[in-house]
Amino acid sequence: MRSAIRRMEQSAISRHNAQIDQEEKALEMDYRTPGTASEAAALLAANDGAFVLAGGTDLLVKLRAGFVAPRIVVDLKQIPRLRGIEHDARGWRIGAATACAEIGEHAAFLAAWPGVVEGLQLIGSTQIQGRATLGGNLCNASPAADSVPALIAAGAVCEVAGEGSEREVPVECIITGPGRTSLARGEFIMGFRLPDPQPRSGDAYLRFIPRTEMDIAVVGVGVALVLDAQGLCTHARVGLGAVAPTPLLVAEAAKALIGTRVDDAALKALAAAASAACKPIDDKRGTIAYRIKVAGVLARRSAKNALDRATKK
Amino acid sequence: MNDMTTPGLANKEMKIVGTRPLRPDGVDKVTGRAKFGADIHVPNMLIGRVLRSPHAHARIQSIDTSKAQALRGVKAVITCADFGDLPSEFIPAGEMMVNFRDMTRNVMAREKVLYEGHPVAAVAAVSEAIAAQALQLIEVQYEVLPHVMDVAKAMEPDAPLLHEDMYTIGVEPKPAKPSNIAKRVEFGFGNLEDGFAKADVIVEREFATQPVHQGYIEPHACLASVSEDGQSELWCTTQGQFIVRAFCAKLLGMEVSKLRVTASEIGGGFGGKTVVYLEPLALALSRKACQPVKMVMSRIEVFRATGPTSGAKIWVKVGATKDGRITAADALLKYQAGAFQGSPVQPGAMCAFAPYDLENVRIIGFDVVVNRPKVAAYRAPGGPISEFAVESVMDEIALKIGMDPVEFRLKNAAKEGTRAPYGPKLGPIGLVQTLEAARAHPHYQVPLKKNQGRGVASGFWFNIGGETCASLNVGEDGSIALVAGTPDIGGSRASLSMMAAEELGIPLERVRPIIGDTSSLGFNFLTGGSRVTFSSGMAVVEAARDIIRQLRTRAAKLWEVSAEEVEWADGHARLLGEGNTKSLSLAELAKTAGKTGGPIIGNAAINATGAGPSLATHVVDVEVDPETGKVTILRYTAIQDAGRAIHPSYVEGQMQGGAVQGIGWALNEEYIYDDKGRLQNAGFLDYRIPVCSDVPMIDTVIVEVPNPRHPYGVRGVGETPIVPPMGAIANAVSHATGVRFTELPMSPPRVLEAIDSKH
Amino acid sequence: MAKQHVTTTVNGDQVEFLCTTEQTLLDVLRDELYLTGSKEGCASGDCGACSVMLDGRLVCACLVLGAEAEGRKVETIEGMAKGDVLHPLQQKFLEHAALQCGICTPGVLIAAKALLEKKPDPTETEVRYWLAGNLCRCTGYDKIVRAVMDAAAVMRTA
Repeated sequence: MRSAIRRMEQSAISRHNAQIDQEEKALEMDYRTPGTASEAAALLAANDGAFVLAGGTDLLVKLRAGFVAPRIVVDLKQIPRLRGIEHDARGWRIGAATACAEIGEHAAFLAAWPGVVEGLQLIGSTQIQGRATLGGNLCNASPAADSVPALIAAGAVCEVAGEGSEREVPVECIITGPGRTSLARGEFIMGFRLPDPQPRSGDAYLRFIPRTEMDIAVVGVGVALVLDAQGLCTHARVGLGAVAPTPLLVAEAAKALIGTRVDDAALKALAAAASAACKPIDDKRGTIAYRIKVAGVLARRSAKNALDRATKK
Repeated sequence: MNDMTTPGLANKEMKIVGTRPLRPDGVDKVTGRAKFGADIHVPNMLIGRVLRSPHAHARIQSIDTSKAQALRGVKAVITCADFGDLPSEFIPAGEMMVNFRDMTRNVMAREKVLYEGHPVAAVAAVSEAIAAQALQLIEVQYEVLPHVMDVAKAMEPDAPLLHEDMYTIGVEPKPAKPSNIAKRVEFGFGNLEDGFAKADVIVEREFATQPVHQGYIEPHACLASVSEDGQSELWCTTQGQFIVRAFCAKLLGMEVSKLRVTASEIGGGFGGKTVVYLEPLALALSRKACQPVKMVMSRIEVFRATGPTSGAKIWVKVGATKDGRITAADALLKYQAGAFQGSPVQPGAMCAFAPYDLENVRIIGFDVVVNRPKVAAYRAPGGPISEFAVESVMDEIALKIGMDPVEFRLKNAAKEGTRAPYGPKLGPIGLVQTLEAARAHPHYQVPLKKNQGRGVASGFWFNIGGETCASLNVGEDGSIALVAGTPDIGGSRASLSMMAAEELGIPLERVRPIIGDTSSLGFNFLTGGSRVTFSSGMAVVEAARDIIRQLRTRAAKLWEVSAEEVEWADGHARLLGEGNTKSLSLAELAKTAGKTGGPIIGNAAINATGAGPSLATHVVDVEVDPETGKVTILRYTAIQDAGRAIHPSYVEGQMQGGAVQGIGWALNEEYIYDDKGRLQNAGFLDYRIPVCSDVPMIDTVIVEVPNPRHPYGVRGVGETPIVPPMGAIANAVSHATGVRFTELPMSPPRVLEAIDSKH
Repeated sequence: MAKQHVTTTVNGDQVEFLCTTEQTLLDVLRDELYLTGSKEGCASGDCGACSVMLDGRLVCACLVLGAEAEGRKVETIEGMAKGDVLHPLQQKFLEHAALQCGICTPGVLIAAKALLEKKPDPTETEVRYWLAGNLCRCTGYDKIVRAVMDAAAVMRTA
């Protein structure tokens, strides 16, 4: 009798273990390094639970914490078109999987778009800079991504690759909500296009964090503007981060600058417009009231920095 | 045995004490060779993992581990059923009290889970992945109960009750109903009413502080191996291998001598590694599996389930005359204990007003349980919280009567002979000297600009001694193997070998220190209470003197004279008397030891007493961004009485490290829970400890008022430096903004709100 | 579970290992290659205790997959001293007492070495911001910064 029970228990256990074997197979995570964009798109399109790996600075944290359980990780860094910084007739092109540290070291790009570089250099520590990428920072789709407001302000456009397709999409159209993007299944970002800056133009990015480094932005503001020969602002774009479910392109804030000398009155109007555009939440990083107020403060300070740069060019 | 006083020695010419040699364990630490808690791998090793409560407060209805047990690769599963229950009894353990009934429930929940992260089961498996999978197969049924996180709410009569059998200790008559108030304490003397009647100025304020974590960079880790016959080995990162042995033996019902505990190199503790979490679980798993079990906490587990120090609500009232003399001081402290009683409210109450010479003083304290992890010691446990409040009020009084805050403190400073608020008269202490050094420091004269403010605060900490052993083993070549029993958390192997070499009169390089395991020495109390350089130092000096006695006897034997005719000087036995030149070095005596009586070992087993309090004064300049509320530390000077700095670099290091931890406590560190009692910032991303770019250089001034109860005049220095920063920074921020700050942390949203509400 | 076979270079030596896809470079260094000098303080890139060089770039080993090391060059604290000669940074850390518990030290040293290779004459502010990703809870950073500046000075005159 006793041994019969034991046999029953054993068979239950072996059934259970067989089930575990199945689960283990299901849990197995594959790692792939496609060498071309079309190969990558095919892998991403064909597999449920496929995740893109670029710098890994967000994905590996989520993986470790058990927030995601990819079936397949597609490492894009072997695809040549995703790496490096180039300049051509259309302006600048940055491979989506280029490490931020590499971009920061590019003197000519820094001179062209200092605000964009300010933003991307604020993504994490020196160590994170060695891995983090613009494509990853954007597609992680955090409202607080530091590179995004400055890219939006600069008018950057993404080259999006998919299975048999390529399209160009403005940066501000990629993130649709926290953790969500407008990319279709199989699509990923290959690179970012930025124009050559116009004469008398300047851009800047500022963020607020409680410490001096290592925090997620409580508020981030990117401003790009162009002056005419008389010092009047002819063009402006303002990107806001961490104050709404997605980074925002704030037309009202830009309007507050256009046609002005970016004087105190214009900066005050800019601050009010930036604050008015905020739809923030209360969370561990800041309160609604705090974010709204500081968005205005930073918009003003960021615009001043952009103005300084524009008047020096 | 215990009287190690050596009058005059503190002023003796020193060859090694007071210099800055390289630390003996340094090369291992800069090459990656040093083995910390998680750095060990042994054959046949399993990986252990803990299943933790997702609820802040719930009754455990059932735990079904059968599926986890059946998973291939799982070798052991444990729950509270694997630990015997223990009776409620309080045992003093250094700066905290220990109750094993609570401890067994804290390491593994029994009837209820009392905080998010409370362990409910653990598994050991052949791999990390299988262990993780097994945790998911354990089924726990909970009845979720209402929870309480706030100390004031927990004290209300209708608050959710954590322990149905908790009746407040220290109130007469015994309460009729149980509550979350574990204990009431009271200290003081004089007549408050009279005192306040004499005051020209009275300041009364309420304060609030948040729990803060020690934030050691190394997570808890251990490796346990229990053999089939019950012989057990435990390797772990701890501040006290003997305490771990005592706790684990009790929790597992083992004989202490069957358990050998080896302390790994320890990657920071600050009081947080004076208790056990994983160690008893790993032993229980290993006992069940008959294989070694390694367990390492994740950073998330460290934040969710290991002890921070208390958050608190404090009320302080101080009265003073116009000419700056304090007439009365009163305080009420309510400290969170976490899920089990034992907050540091008692030491917090004892040192609240200890820097001051008072006639009328009272401090009342409450120890209150809430649904948070049980607090653990954190650097001067209890002191920084109460003294933050007191130092803020002192600053406000000085401001009100128009007196410089250093001057005001000097007028009221405790000194030798002052009766401490907790009873005894103080011995020689160095508060006045730190205040005078502050006043004379160039920092104190630097002019401030707009939006800048300067703050001053003093701080007091007792320091402790306790049971301590040390061995000095003389090698055949005269080199010394020093064995201490207190884990070296910040350079104590350097200071201990320096004292040994100084005493023996030999070069420092001839002393090689190690930290012994629990089988190599008698009982040692842990590394804590700033006691190591004091107590282990005292033991090492005694062991050295034991050797010197033996060496004199050996030389006397060789010279065929009496030992009284031989002196020990400069590392040599010398024959006393006019014209005698006979001399034998330690190396020469060691070489012939076999012929003169056998190996030479110096031992000491003492209960060190007479640890002198260490006092400090800190000065800080801040700038506040009026538009964002962000506080920048511009300049910081820490001044402290070290008694005698054995290795000044490591004394300065303690002062600088404590100051920067205090900066974190003051400005950004806090626990953020959601409305279900779940921690929202369990990581270094959002639990914001200071980073390198947040702080300036921390200037230090070491004041030396020798402790007459130590052979080299040593006072503990490790804890006091975290006492003054919160008060000093709050005072500075208040002066920069014109708003008094009474809540920590002074994070940007809080500061901005206060500035805006001023207008 | 099927494992990946990876061939890589660690501190100049070619090494091979097997790892699951989930294993990070830090897991591999510590648990497969027994190079435990790189520490895990957070596993989320927030503490820098696992700092290593990957193809000449400073990274957190906890944020790199072991499989990504294929064909690359990894440098860890174990390769910093040459024979019995300590790197000037290692020497200066000892002289300045720039460590207390020592758990952050390997990561800080690797990060500081990367800084001085890029910027031989950094300002205090540059040192502080470069090292912002290396948490130290013991020292208050003062002696670390001094040691790095002093090592930089020594290396410039060497």
